[in-house]
Amino acid sequence: MYKIEKLNELAKKVAEKRAANADLEPRRMTAEEKDTLLAAFHPDYKQDEFTVLSAGVNKGEKVPSQLAELLQGKSRISADDVDLSAPDYETDVLIIGGGGAGASAAIEADEAGVKAMIVTKLRIGDANTMMAEGGIQAADKPNDSPAIHYIDAFGGGHFAAKPELVKNLVTKAPEAILWLNKLGVEFDKEPDGTMVTTHGGGTSRKRMHAAKDYSGAEIMRTLRDEVLNRGIPVIDFTAAIEIILDENGKAAGAVLMNMETKELLVARAKTVIIATGGAGRLHYQGFPTSNHYGATADGLILGYRVGAGLLYADTLQYHPTGTGYPEQIFGALVTEKVRSLGAKLVNIDGEVFMHPLETRDVTAASIIRECSERGKGVETPLGKAVWLDTPMIEYKHGEGTIEKRIPAMMRMFGKYGIDIRKEPILVYPTLHYQNGGLNISVDCSTDVENLYAAGEVAGGIHGRNRLMGNSLLDVIVFGRDAGKNAAAKAKDMPVPEKLTLAHIEKFNNELAEAGVAGDTVSPMLLPHYARK
Amino acid sequence: MDNMVNVYLFGKKYSVPAGLTIMTAMEYAGYELVRGCGCRNGFCGACATIYRIKGQQQLNACLACQTEVQEGMYVATLPFFPLVKQVYNIENIKPTEQIMMQLYPEIYACIGCNACTKACTQELNVMQYIAYAQRGEYEKCAEESFDCVMCGVCSSRCPAGISHPQVAMLARRLNGKYLAPECGHLKDRVKEINDGTFEELIESLMQKPIDEIKELYNTREIEK
Repeated sequence: MYKIEKLNELAKKVAEKRAANADLEPRRMTAEEKDTLLAAFHPDYKQDEFTVLSAGVNKGEKVPSQLAELLQGKSRISADDVDLSAPDYETDVLIIGGGGAGASAAIEADEAGVKAMIVTKLRIGDANTMMAEGGIQAADKPNDSPAIHYIDAFGGGHFAAKPELVKNLVTKAPEAILWLNKLGVEFDKEPDGTMVTTHGGGTSRKRMHAAKDYSGAEIMRTLRDEVLNRGIPVIDFTAAIEIILDENGKAAGAVLMNMETKELLVARAKTVIIATGGAGRLHYQGFPTSNHYGATADGLILGYRVGAGLLYADTLQYHPTGTGYPEQIFGALVTEKVRSLGAKLVNIDGEVFMHPLETRDVTAASIIRECSERGKGVETPLGKAVWLDTPMIEYKHGEGTIEKRIPAMMRMFGKYGIDIRKEPILVYPTLHYQNGGLNISVDCSTDVENLYAAGEVAGGIHGRNRLMGNSLLDVIVFGRDAGKNAAAKAKDMPVPEKLTLAHIEKFNNELAEAGVAGDTVSPMLLPHYARK
Repeated sequence: MDNMVNVYLFGKKYSVPAGLTIMTAMEYAGYELVRGCGCRNGFCGACATIYRIKGQQQLNACLACQTEVQEGMYVATLPFFPLVKQVYNIENIKPTEQIMMQLYPEIYACIGCNACTKACTQELNVMQYIAYAQRGEYEKCAEESFDCVMCGVCSSRCPAGISHPQVAMLARRLNGKYLAPECGHLKDRVKEINDGTFEELIESLMQKPIDEIKELYNTREIEK
């Protein structure tokens, strides 16, 4: 039951129309309808929320204003603050970030026989990977193929992705699932071993593999266990705050900061992989976020300051179904799998207002339109929201389906007295994913030699919109590739000499010349939520 | 202000708005969290917390990000607990009873007090999954422990010194790798890809003019 009586009353209207709504197969929008909808209601199209960069590689391009401030922020240190001649850590491959991509990279680098080391500002596994609920895509069924997956991903991203990256993503997907399965990751299977797969928004085949609605957690905890089994050093509560270059401008390590003692440390490495994840905690346009506490765009800042370019940093994914109510879980992710299993989106009048499995950008824009222009949203103390009719899942598939397939969702709402098997839930878009990021080539290399990027911090794989289940896939495929490629490169080179942080002053000068030197210090590392 | 409640963070009293979680109440009180805060969504286990309501005997455990504050709540967070994780090579072990005896023999010292189950922040039947592990029933152990976020509160309450989350982790990996049925269509597809079956087709898609691929996308057949 909802604590607000009015909501219980409105929920009855949803229940009354459930049987009729369950039978509906809402029409999908045409390409033109989608374009018009996005332009009018998607947050990426709100021009006054963006700032054109005045300095750095992407000078002249627009990015969200909060990100611009950090990209054009000043370093936490000056070059004199550390002694680069006496590194505290020496390794072949330095991996910044302990999420799905970082852990995958570490395992592959270790497998290749070089020394790998992970630094992470929180703990290994504190990452968006851990929170991915719905699943991971791979075209491994007889009615599917990597070519169909290619068309879904490329089209869903508005034909903007780099084709060679999409090809890499889809052709290595089945191998990625097999690799995970061999590490011991559990997937939902039929008794004969056939994968239980569902649709995601914008998929044309049912290729979403899952481990209940703990898919990312199951993958992440297994990768973490494997990293620890291999004895790969994990330096936790230690953030990278600057990339170190050698005299030829190649990446050669990072300056680290102990998050608790603030002690500065130097790590020297032959190659460096940035795997720091996304930026939801910057709360672009004031949106709540489904992201991890540490999702503050650090990797974009680290890379940009040493000359690695960004691609599509102006496109963000607002997950259509963030929790709209209650306040304790406002903005928390309600997995797309809820819609994959058959729940529909319903407005205040109990009407199904769209096909529930359009791509995420289209669905988010459609919900925003329902709550604004059309005035069909449900008013809560936190703002407007629409219904997601979860009881429809059991109406269609029988009792027990919710507990078996989406236990985390049942638990999350159950803690606040809402039984999603019996009551519909309230949802509104939440800031979920950074579609763009550091521009990478198919080998995961950035514009800076010996500097690699993988996972959410990288851009170009998903174009301007990512499909559900392609992010867990991306962190595994590109994380592994980054580890292999960075290791191969490290094998053939000597330990870098003449380390330098000269880029800090150079970038400061550029900011000053452009007239944008301010007081903001970056990378941000953690959001500031303490009440002042 | 209306609707304020008194909470005691590490024993110190703060007045915070009702409706906050323990985590947001700490931030309201002025804490800048570094430890004890992770996904903020109930998946990572970083914010294990123990509390007792003033005047009551019962000691409760929860995740700070998933629990609403109550009047008179005495809160102690448990941002780290020294679990024992044994190291093994997943390729070289077998899903037999012996592997548990070898790696986590302390599970056989379980006295059946059920404190682990009572303490579980995910309301799992922890003692039951340990019993399954003792008997080498890894499939059952994996299923029973599946929603574990490895926060470690169970282990903090265990008189036998068991690291329950790590036992369950091993069981799930054994189950996922060795016991769950193998997926035939997955192996077949990997082989097809390695044989280059789709190479030409995908290359041709990559070369197509944008209008052609748009047409392909907009008219593609969608499986029901």
